[in-house]
Amino acid sequence: MLLLGLDTATPAVTVALHDGGQPLAQLVTVDAHRHAELLAPAVARVIADAGVSRYDLTGIVAGVGPGPYTGLRVGLVTARVLGAALGIPVYGLCTLDAIAADVDAGGGDFLVATDARRRELYWARYDAAGRRTVGPEVARPADIPVAGLPSAGEGPMLYPGLFPGGLGPAFPAAATLCRVAAAALESGDPDKLLLAPEPLYLRRPDAREPGAPKRVSQ
Amino acid sequence: MTDRPLVLGIETSCDETGVGIVRGRELLADEVASSMDQHARFGGVVPEVASRAHLEAMVPVLEGAFAKAGVKPDDIDAVAVTAGPGLAGALMVGVAAAKAYAYALGKPLYGVNHLAAHVAVDQLEHGPLPASCVALLVSGGHSSLLLVPDVTGDVSSLGSTIDDAAGEAYDKVARVLGLPFPGGPPVDKAAREGRADAIRFPRAKLHDGTLDFSFAGLKTAVARWVEARKDAGEPVPVADVAASFQEAVADVLTRKAVTACREHGVTDLVIGGGVAANSRLRALAAARCESAGIRLRVPRPGLCTDNGAMVAALGAEIVARGRPPSTLALPADSSLPITEVLVP
Ligand SMILES: Nc1ncnc2c1ncn2[C@@H]1O[C@H](COP(=O)(O)OP(=O)(O)OP(=O)(O)O)[C@@H](O)[C@H]1O
Ligand SMILES: [Mg+2]
Repeated sequence: MLLLGLDTATPAVTVALHDGGQPLAQLVTVDAHRHAELLAPAVARVIADAGVSRYDLTGIVAGVGPGPYTGLRVGLVTARVLGAALGIPVYGLCTLDAIAADVDAGGGDFLVATDARRRELYWARYDAAGRRTVGPEVARPADIPVAGLPSAGEGPMLYPGLFPGGLGPAFPAAATLCRVAAAALESGDPDKLLLAPEPLYLRRPDAREPGAPKRVSQ
Repeated sequence: MTDRPLVLGIETSCDETGVGIVRGRELLADEVASSMDQHARFGGVVPEVASRAHLEAMVPVLEGAFAKAGVKPDDIDAVAVTAGPGLAGALMVGVAAAKAYAYALGKPLYGVNHLAAHVAVDQLEHGPLPASCVALLVSGGHSSLLLVPDVTGDVSSLGSTIDDAAGEAYDKVARVLGLPFPGGPPVDKAAREGRADAIRFPRAKLHDGTLDFSFAGLKTAVARWVEARKDAGEPVPVADVAASFQEAVADVLTRKAVTACREHGVTDLVIGGGVAANSRLRALAAARCESAGIRLRVPRPGLCTDNGAMVAALGAEIVARGRPPSTLALPADSSLPITEVLVP
């Protein structure tokens, strides 16, 4: 197994190569506004660093968000086109689940929240076993039922007053996406855990239907 | 590198997901998926709606283009993509897709200028561009006159609209007349039944000595005229308004284009962009070029509106000239200047 993992649903552009047992190479760059420039060089770099050929890849796993749309799409179109050109499958994983997989909440429920811009957050709640029980949803920070739970993702760092117990990590790790995908593939029932590489936007595009044309004469 | 390179072109600057494949100046495939139907009820292109549609359409349109061309991905020599100008979020989908494709196939990537591609596409239909030509580019987002000594590297602006683009004026006038979006085709159609001399609408900047355009005043004049009719309780003669408006647009565009050719001692005019599909603009340009001794080149309507073949056509010319490719860090630039034909 040779998996390429990537996620662009947060300010981090994160890419990893994984053989199913361990990561072979990874690269993270945090820059919310340059996903389109950073991602392809990072993919090329990670594959070169691992000393493998792109033709040896057996699958791709991409974070499907929720996340700010433009960056998210850069990751998903890259994954889909690479998969189509190389003739390998492309899987999706909820970005909040990838963060949750790296959380150590000490055996209780916890939240993951990431920046949705426009003063809102994407969030989900997880149980002690790391299973998502609520979400993903998009909400104003004050409307999220935090209930004193520990939380991970960038959300608690942006709104420390609302989230008392901020935990790491802030961003998803591409190596974790690969690890989760590898486990799902080995379980023999990948569809139970893995998603299609479809974006989770959670909001409709902003657009209003126009009324009648405005008068131009007095 | 061969002088007839096999090039894939990807275009996502607005609402069309276009993928074209050319071999040199020969068109092999031109697949387009448009999200226009999803924008119509908003009366204009909604950027986020367009970007979402590009993501969904990209792989199917790519595969459709290869099936149509009857070539294998491995056979291509290069991947070209519109790097700008256009809608930022929409451009990024195409740029990211082009990078992934180029990287997966191990082929060079060329990020090119959308406006230069509108000019280069004419080579697919009318052969090599002459040593120097003037291009009139008229679309929903642009109205420009360009001097084109070399479409792969030497293009400069002679003039452009100071307010609305010609296509934008068509779209706004269509709304005033109760015609659907995009307004170009229905106004063009309505105009055929009307009299072009029924109403004398203003021709802004016609004698101002520049090669710039202005269409905002014309659009307002049409709206005011229509309101006056309605206020008087009289029916609006839609065909006459459409024909008279269209005459004003075509008159200014063609006069200034001929002037540009004369001022620069150029005897070839290329017209491109969505509005170049307009029947009156084509007819008037043909007549005026004929009497001015200018050779006119206008691609067929399907190649005038945004498409991937135009990007492939420009890419093929750039590859044939041996220009250095872009890097995988190629940015999308929503306001890419026309002087930058190829983005490093
Ligand atoms: N027959 C026609 N007559 C007049 N205008 C037309 C006609 N057909 C299309 N148009 C206009 O052309 C425009 C579309 O042009 P085009 O497809 O080149 O892309 P665009 O969306 O304007 O993008 P860009 O400005 O970036 O090139 C619309 O404004 C449309 O109304
Ligand atoms: Mg165009």
